[in-house]
Amino acid sequence: MTDMTETRRAGFFRALLSSRAGMLGAGLLALIVLAALLADWLPIANPTRRSLAIRLLPPIWAEGGVPAHLLGTDAQGRDILARIVHGARSSLIVGMAAVALSGLIGMVLGLIAGMRGGIVDIVLMRIVDAILAIPTMLFMLVVALVAGTGIAPLVLVIAATNWVNYTRIVRAEVLRVKDMDFVAAARISRVGTIPLMLRHIVPNILPAFVVVATLNVGSVILTESSLSFLGFGIQPPAISWGQMLSEGREVLATSWWVSTFPGVALTLTVFSIILLGDWLRDHLDPRLP
Amino acid sequence: MILRALGRFVLQAVPVLYIVSLIVFVLVYLTGDPTVMLIPEDATEADRLRLVAAWGLDQPAHVQYLRYMGNLLRGDFGQSYYYGTSALPVVLERLPATLLLTAGAMVVAIVIAVPAGIFAALRRNTPVDFAVSGMAVLSKAMPNFWVGIMLILIFGVQLRLLPVSGAGSFAHLILPAVTLGTAFAGDLAKLVRASLLEALGQDYIRTARAKGIPSSVIVLKHALRNAAIPAVTMTSLNVIALLGGALITETVFAWPGLGQLVVQAIYTKDMAVIQIAILVITVMTLLINFITDLLYRLIDPRIRL
Repeated sequence: MTDMTETRRAGFFRALLSSRAGMLGAGLLALIVLAALLADWLPIANPTRRSLAIRLLPPIWAEGGVPAHLLGTDAQGRDILARIVHGARSSLIVGMAAVALSGLIGMVLGLIAGMRGGIVDIVLMRIVDAILAIPTMLFMLVVALVAGTGIAPLVLVIAATNWVNYTRIVRAEVLRVKDMDFVAAARISRVGTIPLMLRHIVPNILPAFVVVATLNVGSVILTESSLSFLGFGIQPPAISWGQMLSEGREVLATSWWVSTFPGVALTLTVFSIILLGDWLRDHLDPRLP
Repeated sequence: MILRALGRFVLQAVPVLYIVSLIVFVLVYLTGDPTVMLIPEDATEADRLRLVAAWGLDQPAHVQYLRYMGNLLRGDFGQSYYYGTSALPVVLERLPATLLLTAGAMVVAIVIAVPAGIFAALRRNTPVDFAVSGMAVLSKAMPNFWVGIMLILIFGVQLRLLPVSGAGSFAHLILPAVTLGTAFAGDLAKLVRASLLEALGQDYIRTARAKGIPSSVIVLKHALRNAAIPAVTMTSLNVIALLGGALITETVFAWPGLGQLVVQAIYTKDMAVIQIAILVITVMTLLINFITDLLYRLIDPRIRL
């Protein structure tokens, strides 16, 4: 058993190594995650220290830039590189927590809808339709009015709409798998409904689920930055890229670097997640579109 | 056959609209007492309580709900306290600007994506193809509002070529439409490429080639038609996403559409406007789904409604 998992794992990494796009995504993402984890120990400035004497310094290669602030400083004299590195934490935490929460809700409800069918299924899917009919960002803003701001409420706000995607996918996968022979065989040998789901159905759904969840981390990170940009997400003193962009917009006419670099960080992060997710899809589940 | 499609549309639309109105009610109820925001600062507590009683806010939730549904069904959509008028016209007034922006964004997306997708498919596995794929991923990875800010930086601040805020002329439309359009161009290009490749491998294309029909005609007339159905689906899904996704783009460019109105209403807690905006957009979403259904039939007569 162990041997088999190990061979499979080795095969997984060999496949990843042989894909240029997959490696690029995985490598870039690993760097970003490492930087976020080690933010406190990296030789960068204090991200929250203000100093009006050094406000709006340009990046080092521009005229007036200084080596102490590689990417320049913002309107309050805070180091932009340090804020980007620390901001990665918020993005990654919210991205992963919101995906975990909505994935869990979606998995449970999707399994129930797919296995039970009937009225439970109909009611659940109508609710899903209704939520899908409301524009996501609008719905989240209204939920944010109720839930408040900060990291934990933000995760709830995102999960409040995001679970519907997982519910639909899991339900569709359950319907695909449910009538296959191996499920029938398990039923005949009187495997109970819950063990049947956990042991036979869930493992068959998992590849599609993992692919969708990986790509979803990217879109959730974009959502988080949008909400923070509008002022409904992460609040100071916590740092988020969306918030940095909103501050940078105010000094756009004079200081291009304040709003440019956080956007580059966001783009690179989501870019690496999409590359990794696309590769995972090709590798785990070639059926997916 | 149109009648049957209409019947199905009503069957789907009514429960969805009902559930949306219920969700909206619950959310508005949970946001708490709106009178705190409303009354003048020098008003007494007794004044406030009189307002609470007058609006029925002291009633239990189910009574408030019945009253809310009754009002909706009678066509009374409430008052905007920010604008001091009925909320429905405030929302409807903003609709044309959002529709214009949506149409502009769609045009931008199609103009970029269809040729890019065709080129990528015809030059499969060449640098052109890889470049298109890379750009497609990049367009999905870039946060929309950041693209907007960068466009403002380049075309507004540096080059001083285009207006960066407000509406009124065709020039005002360009930057917001490009911002919104590029976000969807990537997915659309990938889809056009994949569908075209699939179509080019099929027998009827080989037959067409054997008959000596020129390559360009084959691609544009025969194969591209095959790509149309998924493309129409995606475009209609995008229109829906655009209607709501315009929220931030409209805010960045001060475009006077629904999105900007809604963000403002959220800041001022103008719940009547938010309610109506959600209901209006939901109705439009359902209508777009209906039209998409009809379009399928036009493109592909095999599909029965």
